[in-house]
Amino acid sequence: MSAPLKPLPAWADVAVIPLVNVAAAFVISGFVVLAIGENPLEAVQILITGALGNLEGIGFTLYYATSFIFTGLAVAVCFHANLFNIGVEGQAYIAGLGAALAALYLGFLPGYSLVVIAVIAAALFGAAFAAIPGYLQAYRDSHIVITTIMFNYIASAIMGYLLVDVLRVPGQMNAETQAFPETGRIPQFHEVLAAFGVQWPVTPFNLSFLLALATAFGVWLLIWRTRLGYEIRTVGANPVAAIYGGISPARVTIIATVLSGAIAGGLAVNVILGEEHRLILEYTAGFGFVGIAVALMGRAHPVGIILASILFGVLYQGGAELAFDKPKISRDMIVVIQGLVVLFAGALEHMFRRPVATLLARRVAHPPI
Amino acid sequence: MTSAAGAAPPAIELIGIDKSFGPVRANRNVNLSIERGVIHGIVGENGAGKSTLMSILYGFYEADAGEIRINGEPVRIRSSREAISHGIGMVFQHFMLVPPLTVLENVMLGAEGGSLLASGASAIRKKLADLGREYGLEVDPGAIVGELSVGLQQRVEILKALVRGAEILVLDEPTAVLTPAEADQLFEMLRVLKSQHKTIVFITHKLREIMTLTDRVSVMRRGEIVATFDTAETSPPELADAMVGRKVILKIDKGPAHPGKVVLEARNLVVRDDRDVVRVDGVSFVLREGEILGVAGVAGNGQSELLEALAGIRPLSGGEILLGGEPMPAAEHNPHAERLIGIGHVPEDRHRMGLVMPFEACESAMLGFQYEPVYGKGVLLSRQAIIADADKKMEAFDVRPRAPLLKTANFSGGNQQKLVLAREIERNPKIMLVGQPTRGVDIGAIEFIHKRIVAQRDAGKAVLLVSVELDEIFALSDRIIVLCAGRITGERRADETNAQDLGLLMAGIDEKAA
Repeated sequence: MSAPLKPLPAWADVAVIPLVNVAAAFVISGFVVLAIGENPLEAVQILITGALGNLEGIGFTLYYATSFIFTGLAVAVCFHANLFNIGVEGQAYIAGLGAALAALYLGFLPGYSLVVIAVIAAALFGAAFAAIPGYLQAYRDSHIVITTIMFNYIASAIMGYLLVDVLRVPGQMNAETQAFPETGRIPQFHEVLAAFGVQWPVTPFNLSFLLALATAFGVWLLIWRTRLGYEIRTVGANPVAAIYGGISPARVTIIATVLSGAIAGGLAVNVILGEEHRLILEYTAGFGFVGIAVALMGRAHPVGIILASILFGVLYQGGAELAFDKPKISRDMIVVIQGLVVLFAGALEHMFRRPVATLLARRVAHPPI
Repeated sequence: MTSAAGAAPPAIELIGIDKSFGPVRANRNVNLSIERGVIHGIVGENGAGKSTLMSILYGFYEADAGEIRINGEPVRIRSSREAISHGIGMVFQHFMLVPPLTVLENVMLGAEGGSLLASGASAIRKKLADLGREYGLEVDPGAIVGELSVGLQQRVEILKALVRGAEILVLDEPTAVLTPAEADQLFEMLRVLKSQHKTIVFITHKLREIMTLTDRVSVMRRGEIVATFDTAETSPPELADAMVGRKVILKIDKGPAHPGKVVLEARNLVVRDDRDVVRVDGVSFVLREGEILGVAGVAGNGQSELLEALAGIRPLSGGEILLGGEPMPAAEHNPHAERLIGIGHVPEDRHRMGLVMPFEACESAMLGFQYEPVYGKGVLLSRQAIIADADKKMEAFDVRPRAPLLKTANFSGGNQQKLVLAREIERNPKIMLVGQPTRGVDIGAIEFIHKRIVAQRDAGKAVLLVSVELDEIFALSDRIIVLCAGRITGERRADETNAQDLGLLMAGIDEKAA
C-alpha cells in the first residue's frame, strides 16, 4: 500500500490531466508512425492542417464533432447514475430508423414541421430501444453492460433485415432507403450562409451542431440544476443514501437510460437527417463507441465533452487527410491513435495523476497554518 | 546506539514527528516514548492525528520530519513490509482479511514461503498451534474467515501479526466492531500478550477502555501529544479535559420528561434482513411525545432493521405501525412519505446512508428534502437557496468549517454527523428516529448532539434512540427497551435500572420477570 493521492486542484484535474493524457497518446502514436517509416512531425502537421487549416477542413471536423457530442453526452448521462451504457451505438442505429420512417412517410407535413417530427422520432426510437436494457437493469438485475452490448447486435440484425428486405429501394444494389424529401433534411451551414450571401465550402456541417450545443447545455442544466439531476447523481454516488432520501434507484435507472437513448438519437439527426438524407446500413460506423471515450475524456461534463468531441473531430478529419497524403499511413492509423487516446484518457486515467500531483506540490509551497 | 546506559531502551520512540496533508498538519512535533512490555493507550478526538501517527509507524506514510527508533535503533520505515521486519504488527479497525479463505490461508498471505503452498502451510499451521497454546488464542485453522464472528476475525488479525514475529502490536480502535463480551475477551488476550513481554499500543477514543486496560496513556489533540499519564494516576475527567482542552460534562443535565399522548405504536413487527433472515421478531412498543425511548442491545440484535423498518426503508414482514392511533397506510410506508408526515430519521451509518460523500455539503444537507419548494420552483433547483439553507443549518449546528461548498467527505466525522442532525432536526419533525447519533464522534460533538436531542424531547417531540453505547442510552433515555435476538427482553424506566440490569437483559435474561 502507498500514500493516498493528494487531491489535485480543480483546474489541474479538468485541464492538465486530460492534456497530459492526450499528449502521451500522441507521443506513442508518433513512435508508431516512426516505425512505419514516416516522419511523425510531418504527419502531425498534415493532420492539423487537414482538420483546421481551411474552412472545408473545419466544416468536416465540426460535423464529426457534432456526432461525438451527442454520443458522448448520451454516455455521460448514464455515467452520472453510475451506469455504463455501451449501447449508444445500437440506440443511435435504431434512432436512425425513427428519423428515416418519419422523413419518408410523413412527407405530407408542412414546412419545417417534418424535420422537427423526424428529430423527435429519432429521440423516441433511441429512447425506446434504451428503455429495455434500462428496465432489465432496474427490475431484473441484468447488468446493463452485458445487455447493451447484446442490444447492439440486436439493433444491427434488425436494421440489416429492414434495410435489405423491407426498406431498400427496389432494383437498387445498396442497402439504403430512398432519399428524404427536401423538407425532411436539416439545412447545412453552407446553404444557410448562402442565403445570407456568405460563401462557405460545401461540407456536411449542418445545423445539428446547434442542437448538439443546446443538448450539452440541457444536460448540464439537468444534471446540476434540477431535482431529477440531483436524484441521478445521488443514485450514482450512493444508492443506499438515495433510498434513504426517498429516491427510487430503479426509477432513476430507467429515466437515465431512456434519456441516454434519446440523446443517442442525435447521431441520427446529424448523420441521417443532416448529411446522408437516407438511412444507410451500418451508418453509425462506431461513433457510438467513440462516445464512451469522449465521455471519459470529458469527465462526463458537457464542456469537457464538447472539447473532447472537437479533438476527436480533428482526429477523424485530419486522419482522413493524412491517409490520403501518406498512403503508408492508412486510416487504421487513426484508429490506433484513437485507441491510444482511449487507453490514456480512460483506462490509464490515473497514471499521470501522481507525477502531476508531485510536480504541483513541489511548485506550490505549503502555506503554514 | 543505545540511548541510555543500563535501562533497556523503549520499544518505540517517536521524536519530532511532523506530517502534513496539503494545508492540514495531521501530526506536529510528536514526541512519544513507549516502554517495552506495557499496554500504552493513545486517546484523542476524531481527527486528532492518532491514526496518521500509527500509519507512519507502520510505513503507510512517511513523516515529513522526525525520527523513529525501535528498541533504541533509529530506523526508516517506508512500507508495511519494513515495519513487519522491525517487529511491528498492526490490527486495523477494518480487518484486512479475505473472507472466503480459511484462517490458515489468511495468516499465510504474504508469507507463503515459496511457490508451493504445502511446506509453508505446515510451518504456519505449527506456528498457529504454538501461539494458540502459548497465548490462549485458539482458532480452527481450517475455518472459513467469513463465517467467523467479528471477535474471532480480530483474533485472526492478531495471529497474523504474531506469526510474522510482531513484538509490538498496534490496535486501531479495536473495540468499535466488538460486542461487550468480545471486547472483554480481547482485553484478556492483550493482558496475556503483555505478560509475554509484547508491547501493545491501543488506540481508542473510549475512556473506559483506557482506564480498564492500559498502563500508560498519551492524549493527542490537534496533531500533538498534549499529555502522558500513568493510567493509575489519572481519571476519566482529567483525560477528557486533556482531549478537548476544556471541561466537558460527560453527563448532560436534563430535567424530567413530561410524556404526552402516544404518537407511534409498533404492533408485533416482523422484519427481515437482506438475506431474508428474520431479524425483528414480534416487537411491540409505544412511543409518546415528550419522551426519549432508548433501544438498547448488543449490535446486531435487530436494532438496525427495526429502525430502518420504522423509517420506511425496509418492508414489514408482519405486524403494523400506528401513528396517532391510526394504522399507517402501506402507501405511506416509504422514506419520502414519512418525511412528509413529520418523521425524521438520523440513520445509524452516515457514510453508507446518511450522506453522499462526494457531494458538496449543501447538497448532502438537502438529501430527502430535495422535493421541497424551498430549494427551487418546478423542476429547477436554486443554487442560492440550497447554499443559503445549508449555511443556516450549519450555523445552527455549529458545523465546522461552515463551508456549504466543501465536499462532504472532507468534514470530520463529528461535523458530518452534525450535518445529518441539522438536516433532520431543523425540519422540526414530530417523531425523530435516531440511530447511533454519536458513533465515531468526538467528545465535544457528543455533548452538543446530546443536548440537541434532549431539546427535541423538551419541545414535545417523540424521540426513538437506537444506540449500542450504554452510556448514551443512560445519558438520554427516559424509558429503555432492550432487544436481544430480535425480541424485546425487557422494558425499564431509565431511573429505575442500571448497567448490570440492562446487561442481563441484553444477554436475554430478565431478572425481574424471573
